[in-house]
Amino acid sequence: MKLKLPAPPIPASLKSPPRRPDEERPSKVEGAKEAGISAVDWVDERTSLSGGVRWMLFRKVPRGTNWAYTLGSATMFAFLNQAMTGVFLAMYYDPSATNAYESARYITNEAFLGEFVRGMHKWGSTVMVVLVFLHMGRTFFWGAYKYPRELNWVVGAVLLVLTMLMSFTGYLLPFDQKSYWATIVGVNINGTGPLVGPYLNDFLLAGPDFGATTLSRFYAIHMLLVPGLIAALIGAHLYLVARLGTTAPPWLKAEKNPELRKESV
Amino acid sequence: MNRQEKEEYLREYSILKSQGKPFFPYAVAKDSIMAVVVMGVIITLSIVLGAELGPKADPTTTTYVPRPEWYFYFLFELLRIIKPNWLVPLATLGIPTICLILLFLLPFFDRGPERRPEKRPIATTLGIFVIAAMAYLTYLGASAGSPNSIELATPASVKQSGGTMLAQFEAGRQVAAQSGCLACHKFGENGNAGPGPPLTDVGRNLPAGAISRTLINPTPPMPSFKDLPKEKFDNLVVFLSQLK
Ligand code: HEC
Ligand code: HEM
Repeated sequence: MKLKLPAPPIPASLKSPPRRPDEERPSKVEGAKEAGISAVDWVDERTSLSGGVRWMLFRKVPRGTNWAYTLGSATMFAFLNQAMTGVFLAMYYDPSATNAYESARYITNEAFLGEFVRGMHKWGSTVMVVLVFLHMGRTFFWGAYKYPRELNWVVGAVLLVLTMLMSFTGYLLPFDQKSYWATIVGVNINGTGPLVGPYLNDFLLAGPDFGATTLSRFYAIHMLLVPGLIAALIGAHLYLVARLGTTAPPWLKAEKNPELRKESV
Repeated sequence: MNRQEKEEYLREYSILKSQGKPFFPYAVAKDSIMAVVVMGVIITLSIVLGAELGPKADPTTTTYVPRPEWYFYFLFELLRIIKPNWLVPLATLGIPTICLILLFLLPFFDRGPERRPEKRPIATTLGIFVIAAMAYLTYLGASAGSPNSIELATPASVKQSGGTMLAQFEAGRQVAAQSGCLACHKFGENGNAGPGPPLTDVGRNLPAGAISRTLINPTPPMPSFKDLPKEKFDNLVVFLSQLK
């Protein structure tokens, strides 16, 4: 038995015209497709996003693009993994000198899948650092930083520094012996730096010495400031990648179009 | 690169690009496979190695061996290798800062048109050298002993007498390691070469009495250790006087 819903009381001008007797009823699949397309159209009419998406996705990558070119996006996935797992850790973590260790212990030993998520965050950081270096090595040895991609190299170098800063600030957070003492040493090393060293330390530690607010300062840097910068700079990095195109492997020589060669003879 | 080289590059590149494939789906497919591999590696590492949590941070201990994450070992090791005091700031921040500035400016001083690594001997050699140096320092950092321990062998005479003597000697070793003597004195391979004299064999020159007098009433800049608990102090003196 078919259930017939009452027609909504909308003005006649908005109703679709009655189907002509020779027209076929559209299939369910087609109907769904139509609905999808019209929803996308609706958004596009108001944002004009499709041009940008098309520009990003349907640009060409040169001949010879190989697996080495996946290292950059692999780094980005490692970063996304850090962002996702980090959100879950932040649900339990408490950045105060008195509770930090206890909350880290709770995550590790009691929270559901806690150790797994913490492990993914911890080992994800190692993976990200390795990938960033591999990606940098690829662009370095293949001369991908040369004209016209100089600026993208500089953006990348900033990303490298920020990635290391993430790892440095994150290391303190579990607040066990290891993280505490490694941070003290790191901060002391930093403090011997020329000119800005001591000031940078004051900023990092929230005062001249490791104190009650140091931990929350590291936490804010680790989960708000630096990731925000990294996300923004990855955006700039990818914009430049799409704008300039990725390099071809340096050994490839362009074969001139045979048509052109014929003409020039 | 001069203008002509730039134009040549752009022309070459546009031909190579026009012969290429669209980013979606060809490159996206490779990137996605790589993403799955990356996630697989991270998940495997997490399951196999887990996330250990050490004992709670205790700012009052001094025996703890500070260990950064392994990818900072090379920096850490740079600090350990370069000993003279006046060189330390250079090692810890000078060299890294210079390297970082060079890294940032790389595209502005290396501007030749050549991109093949085998045709850029200087850049390629330098790159390999930096990687090798960092790998070597990382290896050293990974295998280095604690900066807060004294690894001198226990003298045979102490071993023979055993019992309280041996126990006091080992306890004294701990006290010496924890009390910051290493900041100014060298014990064997551990500690700094100045400002104090090496203590590798103090017991040869100074009897126990003289040592304890020095500890209680030292010449500046050495601080006095008269406030150490009696037992610790005695163990320390035994340890030092047996270093022959
Ligand atoms: C701030 C640096 C400093 C620290 C820390 C320090 N010392 Fe010294 N120590 C010195 C100096 C400098 C001398 C040399 C003083 C002199 O010339 O009389 C010295 C001398 C000595 C001497 C006499 C050596 C000799 O051959 O005359 C002994 C023994 C000694 N220190 C033991 C220790 C012990 C044990 C500790 C740790 C508990 C320690 N020191 C911590 C700086 C230090
Ligand atoms: C968070 C870290 C980073 C992310 C997510 C990232 C991402 C990417 C991506 C997706 C590409 C596209 C091509 C490819 O994958 O090879 C790329 C290209 C590039 N990256 Fe990065 N990158 C990062 C760090 C770096 C660093 C540290 C450098 C060097 C200092 C760098 C320099 C470059 C250059 C020069 C290109 C152009 C390469 C070409 O056109 O062949 N990037 N990056």
